[in-house]
Amino acid sequence: MGVTVERVKDGLYRITVEGEMTIYSAQELKDQLLAPLEQCTQAELNLGAVTEIDSAGLQLLALVRTEAQTQGKTLRIADPSPCVLDILELCDLEGFFGDTVLVHVVEKTP
Amino acid sequence: MNLDDALQTFIAEARDLLHHMEEALLRIEQVPDDVDTINAIFRAAHTIKGSAGLFGLDGIVAFTHVAESVLDKVRANELDVTPELVALLLQSGDHIRELVDHLVRGGEVSVRVAAQGQSLVEQLSDYLDDKPASHATASVVNVPAEFVPPTTHGGGEVEADHWHLSLRFGRDVLRNGMDPLSFIRYLGTLGQIVHIVTLLDAIPPAASMDPEICYLGFEVSFKSQADKATIENVFEFVREDCRIRILPPHSKISEYLDLLGDMPQEQDLRLGDMLVRCGTLTPNELDTALRIQKAQSHMDGEAPLPIGEVLVGQHMVQAPVVDAALEKQKQRKDSKAAQTNLIRVDADKLDALINLVGELIIAGAGASLAAQRAGVPELLESTATISRLVEEVRDSALDLRMVQIGGTFSRFQRVVRDVGKELGKDIELVISGGDTELDKTVVERIGDPLTHLVRNSMDHGIESAEVRVARGKPARGTLKLNAFHDAGSIVIEVSDDGGGLNKERILKKAIERGLVTEGQNLSDKEIHNLIFEAGFSTAEAVSNLSGRGVGMDVVRRNITALRGTVDLDSVEGQGSTVRIRLPLTLAIIDGFLVGVGNAVYVIPLDMVVECIELNEMDHDGGSDKRYLNLRGEVLPYRRLREHFEVQGHPVRRENIVVVRYGEHKAGLVVDRLMGEFQTVIKPLGKVFQLIQGIGGFTILGSGEVALILDVPGLMRQVMTGEELVEEHRLAPER
Repeated sequence: MGVTVERVKDGLYRITVEGEMTIYSAQELKDQLLAPLEQCTQAELNLGAVTEIDSAGLQLLALVRTEAQTQGKTLRIADPSPCVLDILELCDLEGFFGDTVLVHVVEKTP
Repeated sequence: MNLDDALQTFIAEARDLLHHMEEALLRIEQVPDDVDTINAIFRAAHTIKGSAGLFGLDGIVAFTHVAESVLDKVRANELDVTPELVALLLQSGDHIRELVDHLVRGGEVSVRVAAQGQSLVEQLSDYLDDKPASHATASVVNVPAEFVPPTTHGGGEVEADHWHLSLRFGRDVLRNGMDPLSFIRYLGTLGQIVHIVTLLDAIPPAASMDPEICYLGFEVSFKSQADKATIENVFEFVREDCRIRILPPHSKISEYLDLLGDMPQEQDLRLGDMLVRCGTLTPNELDTALRIQKAQSHMDGEAPLPIGEVLVGQHMVQAPVVDAALEKQKQRKDSKAAQTNLIRVDADKLDALINLVGELIIAGAGASLAAQRAGVPELLESTATISRLVEEVRDSALDLRMVQIGGTFSRFQRVVRDVGKELGKDIELVISGGDTELDKTVVERIGDPLTHLVRNSMDHGIESAEVRVARGKPARGTLKLNAFHDAGSIVIEVSDDGGGLNKERILKKAIERGLVTEGQNLSDKEIHNLIFEAGFSTAEAVSNLSGRGVGMDVVRRNITALRGTVDLDSVEGQGSTVRIRLPLTLAIIDGFLVGVGNAVYVIPLDMVVECIELNEMDHDGGSDKRYLNLRGEVLPYRRLREHFEVQGHPVRRENIVVVRYGEHKAGLVVDRLMGEFQTVIKPLGKVFQLIQGIGGFTILGSGEVALILDVPGLMRQVMTGEELVEEHRLAPER
């Protein structure tokens, strides 16, 4: 499990999560995901290297999204790994994050 | 309920189911159109998948799912049962077993197993037109037909129905090690999730959000033939701290109203919206519901009905559903009763019982002895009754550990089939004596040696079809497995009608390997049994099955470890028979007490043939003559006094106990015969384990310790002693 933050250009950060997003790592992940959000205006959340995700991970994703919304920041989810896609599909939340992926500035709530 | 225990049950059940599945698959090869068998296979796969889903064992679920989809096609007559398909399914079963085994061992699935699973999935997918999709959609196909409860609905209507599930998971669910999503996944295996709305609103702002608390809720519309109890059981493990509402199909609007009222912290409209989105309610119905709700709260001015009442009301309204569930349960119970009348018992509990019975026997013997000394007739009578009862208790307790060997035998159908294919030989397995019972621990440990013997017979014993026809034998080879009881032991025979052993070749090889020297005079039997020596293999071509020369000696070692013996009979050109002889039980025996000097020994009664007096004529006065003439038969014998180096002088009238083991008889010379005694075998400590001829010890009624003779071991010594003598005699002549 690890989160790396990369500055792509001014204001745009790429946050990459590696390994599992589960209850075991949720506590750490929360801070690691929210911290870079404070500093940027746009963030890309790269989930390509997520190997496992459970309900706790899903909650975190939702939290980050809502947080980005309230701070008026743009959040993109990039390259979700199969397990992330699977869980989104299971919960019928593709739309929920799909909005974020497609629309850069999220204004409306579904 | 402890999840670990549940997991153990799952593992045991999964193994059982896999076993049934394998049996059914082998059966289906013979009768490809048998619907019952196809259903049995499907059910096994389905149940494994279902239970694995409950435990969140995604690997097993994913794999089993693909296999199950293929089976479903077979069931729907869209696929024919071909030998290739059966072979593939058998391999799939093996793979699932490996996955389950991994569970037991823990840790990651090895690369090899993962790759194997991948390749199997690919092969299985070839049978499916559409590649496997996600859980939720693919499982539509998998609602098993036999799950259709005898509901009151007509066929067409059922399609239009769905259940509505309202789930609010408790805050501690995640901390308790459970993942709400795995429940949803498992739900997907029971039917089709038509629509799901995930509620994330309960997640508080970042500052106050604790990532280890579960904030999730789900509204699910769910199409399934399962009954309410089954759906409820999905949430068995979280029922206590979660709010779960399950509304059956066709519930009344008022019930949805209750549902709306039941979730006070959520805005009614939002929940209502969700119900509409789930397709559970039409907008009209929602309107009606909300109007009623408003009217109600106007009238009462109070909060909606408490949950308990609502539930009761619900049950009453849904009487047909409940009835159907009950009916279904009853059916299942009936069929179970018909199937097997068995209870699963922890083997440790049985061992504890046997141990207690052992103590009881010792204590009983003590009481009998005391009664004899006291000489009170009433006391003698009652101790006699108690002894008899104890004996019966002992027998039935031991009986509990007895299992039929048939289960082990039938496993070999598969082995024979697979190995036969691999070798390109057509071989039939004939099983007899499958109802012969023996101790569970023995059964568990006999599997490996037997497998080796069977493979060996198929590989080296049975010839290829051409050779067989040329020799005037039927093209199809026969392998026989047989078991029977004989003199307190169980005999297991593996015989084939193959080429038999080639004596010259064995002898040549044995000389090559330095196992025997040239010119040594060996009987046929001795030559045959050379193949059990370490590092011996006569196969000209080493196949990947056997022929590496590590087999037969390992077989013998395994069997010796069980206090058994193995030997081989072979007729060249006609086949060979390997005979394994094992003790029936490892715990308690009927013993025969004999005395030498001050020491008392126990001989297993089953092995005692007769007792005779060593008369003056035969008396050798201590010379090295070790035979006597027993009614025209040569009987080798040995003095226990000498063997165990007992101090003191021999008594005037010695007795010989004639013991038999297998085909051999031998005499043991003792001072006194003391009669029958129930013996609890206690193992000897490590220090004494190297002592030859002693198998254990027991405690007599008087509290004295008696050693139990290891008759097979002693017998070997008597025999080899005999050979040594012979060699001594031959040596000067050479």
